[in-house]
Amino acid sequence: MSLSTDDIKRIARLARIETSDAEAAATQAQLNNIFGLIATMQAVDTAGIAPMAHAQEVYQRLRDDAVTESDRHTTFQAVAPAVENGLYLVPKVIE
Amino acid sequence: MKWETVIGLEVHTQLATKSKIFSGSSTAFGAAPNTQASAVDIALPGVLPVLNRGAVECAIKFGLAIGANLNRVNVFDRKNYFYPDLPKGYQISQLAKPIVEGGALKIVVEGEEKTVNLTRAHMEEDAGKSLHEDFHGMTGIDLNRAGTPLLEIVSEPEMRSSAEAVAYARALHTLVTWIGICDGNMQEGSFRVDANVSVRPVGQAEFGTRREIKNLNSFKFLQQAIDYEVRWQIETLEDGGRIEQATVLFDPDTGETRMMRSKEDAHDYRYFPDPDLLPVKLDEDWIERVRAALPELPAAMQARFQAEYGVSAYDAAVLTGSRALADYFETAARACGQGKLAANWVMGELSAALNKAELGIAASPVSAAQLGALIARIQDGTLSGKLAKQVFEGLWEGAGEVDAIIEARGLKQMSDSGELEKIVDEVLAANQKSVEEFRAGKDKAFNALVGQVMKASRGKANPAQVNDLLKARLQ
Repeated sequence: MSLSTDDIKRIARLARIETSDAEAAATQAQLNNIFGLIATMQAVDTAGIAPMAHAQEVYQRLRDDAVTESDRHTTFQAVAPAVENGLYLVPKVIE
Repeated sequence: MKWETVIGLEVHTQLATKSKIFSGSSTAFGAAPNTQASAVDIALPGVLPVLNRGAVECAIKFGLAIGANLNRVNVFDRKNYFYPDLPKGYQISQLAKPIVEGGALKIVVEGEEKTVNLTRAHMEEDAGKSLHEDFHGMTGIDLNRAGTPLLEIVSEPEMRSSAEAVAYARALHTLVTWIGICDGNMQEGSFRVDANVSVRPVGQAEFGTRREIKNLNSFKFLQQAIDYEVRWQIETLEDGGRIEQATVLFDPDTGETRMMRSKEDAHDYRYFPDPDLLPVKLDEDWIERVRAALPELPAAMQARFQAEYGVSAYDAAVLTGSRALADYFETAARACGQGKLAANWVMGELSAALNKAELGIAASPVSAAQLGALIARIQDGTLSGKLAKQVFEGLWEGAGEVDAIIEARGLKQMSDSGELEKIVDEVLAANQKSVEEFRAGKDKAFNALVGQVMKASRGKANPAQVNDLLKARLQ
């Protein structure tokens, strides 16, 4: 499998990354190399082996359901570009 | 052409935990903006999610309650999309290995029982809230809700009318509140419904193209939105048009659905397993402990109410509409030993009074024990139905216990037959005209005489006794 320039542009758009044609071409070559790597791995016979969801074969630790955090919004909002009435302000988005 | 409607529902239930699914922030509703958003919830760099045991336990409870398969190992995935109220740029959800798969829920529509199968239920985090009111042309973001635990419950496309969809949504609402995993508050968004709706010619095997109606927060809107959408789809098809897959919103003011996004702009979420979270393992011990602690479920309780108290299937379904109502009924029925009568009072006089006062069963001024005591006094002949209603009013006003109200207000049904005979004779003497009419064959005149006796006894005579006495006198 290899990626077309259109694929690269689409992935970039989904990730909200602005890409010039030159960058897209360079990225295309790099990603296609990675696909080559994946193709090599896929040649390994994995029949009968359950897929793993994580690189380590351990399970999630759970925490008790208790409130342990306090209100720190003024600290957090000190670095926000725009704040009003405790809300973060962002450019208008309506879907 | 005859059309068939096909509906599947996706319901987001907010889980009733104290803290968020991946952080120790409070989930309490209504706090000042961003005061319950921790470093994890606002996605500061370097933070890591730690899963809340309480949220997982809620999902286990649900899986057991619907007889589903619990995936002993289940996995969290990242669902990627950009929106300002989703600060990480992805929502942590479950795609390939959800915690719950399968299961079923029984619904009753117009007296017909039907089973709706469930596809899956998975844990995920809620997003924050975007406030589009005018902040100098900007949008305000409140991240208090970000990270609130949700269980998204997906049904198979097995409902065939808006009535079935509403019955399913109601049954699900009853169940999640019954087992205590969700507070069920629809105004606060604790129970939100998305409806996938399509139509197809009757007899056609393939489904038609579906449109998804998002975020319905009342059963009424669910019904209205589906009815409108079905009409619109049929009209479009009959006019030679085509249905395009789309996401739509329901506008309660116009009663119409309108397009939110088409298939072309459909999200490409690029799901992949979240490397920040390990697979979740459910121990058998844990599952069995949760199973042992589950309350009797609505379906089992309905069957028991019919067998134990002799109430109808319909009554049993109404009485198990919530756990509080079912507990109330059972306490009252046990106190008086009269299941059917208790059912009639709970669904009749009590429900009417509660509705009028806009109170829930939990806030009833008349306790279940008091209602039971009242019914016991009807059963032993102390009270007629009419007098019992007056005692009920006394209980409602907080005038004391049943016997004290009967005593204080002189509401005891007349049991002295000598006293009643005297009243009957007086009434007969004073109403010769009715007596003659009755003898001439007018049955109505008899009822008038009964009415006069009841009036003269100030409602305290036993109506059956009055009937017998009058008949004897008039023969």
